[in-house]
Amino acid sequence: MSGYAGLFAALVLAPLLPGVINRTKSFFAGRRGPPLLQPYFDLAKLLRKGAVYSTTTTWLFRAGPVVGLAAMIVASALAPFGGVSAPLAFAGDFLFFAGLLGVTRFVTMLAALDTGSSFEGMGASREAQFAALAEPAFLLGLTAVAWKTGGLSLSGMLGTNSFATWSGATAPLALVCVSLLVVFLAENARIPVDDPNTHLELTMFHEVMVLDHGGPDLALIQYAAALKMWVLGSLVVGIALPVRSLAHGWAFAASVAGMLVLCVIVGVVESCLARLRLTRVPQLLLGAGVLSLLALFIGLK
Amino acid sequence: MTLLLVALGLLVASGTAALLCRRSPRAANLIGAGGAAAACALGLIPAVVGLGGGEAKFDLAWPVPGGSLSLAIDPLTAFFLLPLFALCGLAAVYGAGYLGGRPGRRSPGAPWFFFNWLVAGMVVVVTARNAVLFLLAWEVMSLASYFLVTHEDERPEVREAGWTYLVATHFGNACLIALFALLGPRSLDFADFAPAAPAGLLFVLALIGFGTKAGFVPLHVWLPEAHPAAPSHVSAVMSGVMIKMGIYGLLRTLTWLGPPPLWWGGLLIGIGAASGLFAVLFALAQGDLKRLLAYSSVENTSIIALGLGVGLVGLHTGTPGVAILGFAGALLHVWTHALGKGLLFLGAGAVLHATGTREMDRLGGLSRSMPLTSATFLVGAAAVAGLPPLSGFFSEFLILYGAVQHAGLHSLAAMVALALMSGLAAAVFVRAFGSVFLGAARDGTVRGAHDPGAAMRAPLAILAPALLVLGLATPVLVPALAPVVEQLVSLPAQRDLDAASAPLAVVVLGSVVLMALVALIAGGRRLLLAGRTVGSAVTWDCGYAHPTARMQYTASSFAQPLTALFGPVLRTRETADAPRGLFPDAVSFATRTPDAVRERVWRPLFAHVSGALHAMHRLQHGRLHLYVISIALTLVVLLLWRLS
Repeated sequence: MSGYAGLFAALVLAPLLPGVINRTKSFFAGRRGPPLLQPYFDLAKLLRKGAVYSTTTTWLFRAGPVVGLAAMIVASALAPFGGVSAPLAFAGDFLFFAGLLGVTRFVTMLAALDTGSSFEGMGASREAQFAALAEPAFLLGLTAVAWKTGGLSLSGMLGTNSFATWSGATAPLALVCVSLLVVFLAENARIPVDDPNTHLELTMFHEVMVLDHGGPDLALIQYAAALKMWVLGSLVVGIALPVRSLAHGWAFAASVAGMLVLCVIVGVVESCLARLRLTRVPQLLLGAGVLSLLALFIGLK
Repeated sequence: MTLLLVALGLLVASGTAALLCRRSPRAANLIGAGGAAAACALGLIPAVVGLGGGEAKFDLAWPVPGGSLSLAIDPLTAFFLLPLFALCGLAAVYGAGYLGGRPGRRSPGAPWFFFNWLVAGMVVVVTARNAVLFLLAWEVMSLASYFLVTHEDERPEVREAGWTYLVATHFGNACLIALFALLGPRSLDFADFAPAAPAGLLFVLALIGFGTKAGFVPLHVWLPEAHPAAPSHVSAVMSGVMIKMGIYGLLRTLTWLGPPPLWWGGLLIGIGAASGLFAVLFALAQGDLKRLLAYSSVENTSIIALGLGVGLVGLHTGTPGVAILGFAGALLHVWTHALGKGLLFLGAGAVLHATGTREMDRLGGLSRSMPLTSATFLVGAAAVAGLPPLSGFFSEFLILYGAVQHAGLHSLAAMVALALMSGLAAAVFVRAFGSVFLGAARDGTVRGAHDPGAAMRAPLAILAPALLVLGLATPVLVPALAPVVEQLVSLPAQRDLDAASAPLAVVVLGSVVLMALVALIAGGRRLLLAGRTVGSAVTWDCGYAHPTARMQYTASSFAQPLTALFGPVLRTRETADAPRGLFPDAVSFATRTPDAVRERVWRPLFAHVSGALHAMHRLQHGRLHLYVISIALTLVVLLLWRLS
């Protein structure tokens, strides 16, 4: 099975993830909830609509979703899945991966500021703050894995992940898992960092930045967000699951199952936890950075 | 070599001619700018040739004690000459529009004189092979830039900035004189240096002397003062290439000092990390666009220092792969930052030219009225923030890639700092671009703004694509830097650089795919929207359909969460006039973030020194005959001492 299967899975299955999270939350709330495939229906509906643009906006507002999605698709081609190398695997690719996440964030923030809305400015401001604090946790966590496994590419780090790797480095890998999980929640704007349901509250950042987007643009943004959730999730799952010990077909199935379990975990977290106060979020992210750093120190010996 | 000498001659001659051309400001402007641009175009040829390797020399006897007029181009020199000529040439073209477009003011002869001498000074700094000549050129460069900074000396803050710059630069020069005295007790020619002091001491002297020019914290204080005060094309040259002369000096000194101990690399990483984080936080808190860019320059020279630190640590620990990546990344960042920051300062100049203000909180919505300035500024911002596929990403990639391969505390510190800095730098530039060019104008003064004239537009339009090309060319460029890197590490570097170009090539491939996807998705989106209703309305403000420009998030409000988080470092001062009574009329709110080092270290220190030296005032009594007597007495004492 080649690395393209993983890319294909990312492109096709990514919108399923928010569906799974919503179903889990509905279960906890005692509701039936929307169908699992609701995000696909939403995308299809949005793609069929026209658009309304604010008179304040310029070409940047229209370019933001396009560039953001393109960067996420390239990032999907960097992330290994199911224990096989990604189509674009090379030494140091995790730095490029972080760079691509940065591009998406950069254009999303600019598109938000382009509207001149105070709400969207607020969202962009918070996104900038949290992203700046999440970046060290992310890069250092992956560096810890690189030092432990000797691989310099994401595929080299995660593709060789077996029971032997885990038994040799349980503590640092577990620390990195937790740290990356926090980054995953922050980058995807989930509780306890952000509440994806309350797009008119003053508390949130990601949804408010896309308040003015509609129609196909919003579809691009939602699809890019789903892809981002998939690729970041696949890194967490790739570190947590020693899939190298399984045969290829099974490893792939196990990874897909791992992604779904991750979404269930996110759903459970969202059902049980409240969103943190805004001023507490930096502490959470710095905490994640410290965990990554700790993993690195253990790796240093 | 001949071409370089012709270029030097042309610079000096055209500068002097512009100064003498008092009658016609137009002619002075044309002669000064034309001479500088032509000289820079000429100079590019020997620079490109020199990068390939080998050494071109020029020697002439010089009656100055210890001095000799020896110039040479080796790969390291050529590497710095290239951005120098490229950016100065473009800045000269820009300056022709900038200075020429303001009739009625004083003649542009003097600024062109100093500009051309500044360029000539920098050329001699990187080509000089004799300490006396080097120091002389260094002084010419410093003084010429001082007079350029104080060009608008009717404004008190400009005079203050010039004074700070003059003091700082001569503090650095004092260290350099000590450095060269210790390096060459026998001969002041670079080739015959025989260090007469421990290498560690020389390294520290070089770090202080050249670090003052490069702007390492806490010696950076002159930068955020001088850059906003200077005319914008001068800021571009100062920030883009002049502060790189400090990096050049440091690199050149390293080639004389022999194998580095571990603490040199550690010290550079420590300085780079502290200085970079400090600068990026202060950049985030600035309200003045050019001050923000100046702090960002400090941050970027810190990234270069981090790269050099990683390189030195790699050299010491016997991992040449790491060393070569660190040095290559630092070198590439010199070019990236020269072009990127040059572009940003020129763009900021266009904004200042069009609106008359540098206050970001008053600007906004300029992308509509200044499309070219806005698009090119965006490219520069993304490049300096280190986003792929622009060149800034590639240099930071090389440094981080080198650091990751060296599992040690030093590289860890470099990584933590770089990771934090890159996220914060993105925030800085989103804030800068967003508040100046996006949204709606926050103040009536920006209405009627427009892109500048052709002379000022052309450099912007050249520099922005250059940043993309420089990024995409790195897989070819990095192996071509082998002669420069070999000069620094004294090891064969070609194999490692070839190996490093493999991942770079995949990044380029990914970037090309990215751009293709952007085109594809944009086309798809256009197809989808064709024939559908595409309406326009006011920005959605949650039902309140009367948004005004004053309700927007400003640059200050954008930065507030981060400045509050790092409040203990920044110590932002707020002055507020809160609304009072049932019908409050005038309210105001202002924040100011003065430089912490300047306010808390240098100002008290200088106050102390000046207090202690107060007693010396008694000597300054103004009675001429007593001065003459004291001079005569000193001479007699010296004579007796010499005879005895």
